[in-house]
Amino acid sequence: MVGLEHYLTVAAALFVIGIFGIFLNRKNVIVILMSIELILLSVNINLVAFAAHLGDMVGQVFALFILTVAAAEAAIGLAILVCFFRNRGTIDVEAVNVMKG
Amino acid sequence: MTSADLTLALPEILLALFAIAALLGGVYTGKDRSAPLILWLTVGFMLFLAVLVGATSGEARPVFGGLMVDDYFSRFARILILISGAMVLLMGQGYMQRNDLLRFEYPVLVALATVGMMVMVSAADLITLYMGLELQSLALYILAAFRRDSARSTEAGLKYFVLGALASGLLLYGASLVYGYAGTTQLAGIASVIEAGQLPLGLLMGLAFMLAGLAFKVSAVPFHMWTPDVYQGAPTAVTAFFATAPKVAAMALLARVLHDGFGAAPGDWSQIIAFLAVASVFVGAIGALLQTDIKRLMAYSSISHMGFALIGLAAGTAAGVQATLLYMAIYVVMSVGVFAFILSMRRDGRQVARIDDLHMLSTAQPLSALALLVLMFSLAGLPPLVGFWAKFSVLAAAVNAGMVWLAVAGVIASVIGAFYYLRIVYYMYFGEEREALDRDIGPVERVLLVASAAVMVLGVINLFGIDGAAALAAQALVR
Repeated sequence: MVGLEHYLTVAAALFVIGIFGIFLNRKNVIVILMSIELILLSVNINLVAFAAHLGDMVGQVFALFILTVAAAEAAIGLAILVCFFRNRGTIDVEAVNVMKG
Repeated sequence: MTSADLTLALPEILLALFAIAALLGGVYTGKDRSAPLILWLTVGFMLFLAVLVGATSGEARPVFGGLMVDDYFSRFARILILISGAMVLLMGQGYMQRNDLLRFEYPVLVALATVGMMVMVSAADLITLYMGLELQSLALYILAAFRRDSARSTEAGLKYFVLGALASGLLLYGASLVYGYAGTTQLAGIASVIEAGQLPLGLLMGLAFMLAGLAFKVSAVPFHMWTPDVYQGAPTAVTAFFATAPKVAAMALLARVLHDGFGAAPGDWSQIIAFLAVASVFVGAIGALLQTDIKRLMAYSSISHMGFALIGLAAGTAAGVQATLLYMAIYVVMSVGVFAFILSMRRDGRQVARIDDLHMLSTAQPLSALALLVLMFSLAGLPPLVGFWAKFSVLAAAVNAGMVWLAVAGVIASVIGAFYYLRIVYYMYFGEEREALDRDIGPVERVLLVASAAVMVLGVINLFGIDGAAALAAQALVR
């Protein structure tokens, strides 16, 4: 029997993979965008699992909103990345270093 | 969904419709030739909406079945956001025009970001909170990368996007846990679960994740890494916007979540907020010491100021929220004044932003130098200027809540921070002879610079009654 805790464990694992993908990745900005998607999807699994567990629709509505916003977010992220590539000719993470923060 | 709900949400709806109409108008008419007109219309409309919001009164009323709430707190924050957004838009026009950046998308994006912020501060449900936050953030990512042909601006946009999206992810993960363990997304529902005497570990974890996400948005240490780079890389008019309205919105949202949702258990979050506050005031003050770029300096200064505003929240009392709101209002006025000057810093027609460029400003532009001196003293918190009373009120709130160590840390950090503000004053009045900056400050920038300096001096009489409004707002939030 697959219970709530199994879903929560999968979601937590995906979330952690996403976070590590952002911080450990040294190669490519596209991988960072994929990691961000992973984080948002782990949240969706969480919400839908909780909604099914509680017998409450609000969680599923929230998940739909997140899906829509994630699409818009990816579009904007890619657009900024295209501009960055035009200026620098590369999308290496190491190249994002004109300013030292 | 009755007409009463639509009436209460009218300012947000009107501004969203206005942004769509302006976008269509810009596309169908003369493209960027219509940009100045759209900018002026946006400024006028935002000021009109501020009056509209200010004209409503009365107790807290739920909107759309508790998705949003219309109370004194949200009105105070919305008026502050609308006015500061309009002022920044107005003073940025000359800068954007000179640098060939005044495209019609600029005012439209600022208007959309403002809609998002207005939704944020009146959110009473985790879904509305998230939608407002994302509407604001998505517009701000584009604004940071607005100078498409500049490596710095696109890099600022990229950094802001990656870290902002990460912050949204943390916030959402927290929101999903809160939903799961409280069984509802409404802040009032969460509060009633906690008041029933239970605070499960999952709910506490959710709160911690949400706090981390929101700390990114207010650029509190240790989530501040993006601030200096984004401030430096973005076009200065956009930086001025970043430093004002979004900070107010994020701080108000933080106060809303903490007091409306988790107000029954202040002991569980006030230590976290206190840690964020202390780290922010010190990192902001020490990080600014070695900066040579005035935009980076303002970034560290804003980190430090956010730390002071968080001290008020850490107190966990109505007086603390009142002090935080007062602090944000005063901080916004000071930022508008300083950025009005930074926007007009040019030499031989070229924009400059180095602190060294300020040497002997007092001989070239005595009035600007005097106004900047007042603003710097006020930012440093020297009595009797208004900036001192802002710091005094948050520190007093912390002491009254029994957090004396927090107030002591704040005082020490503000002494460290005073050094770099005073260094600017030293350069302006006793610096070396250098080639002077251009003298032709635009009329809008000049008026805003002198006006905000005047507010810093004249405000000491009664703070223009803002503390009364802030008290009303705080009482609406903390029951």
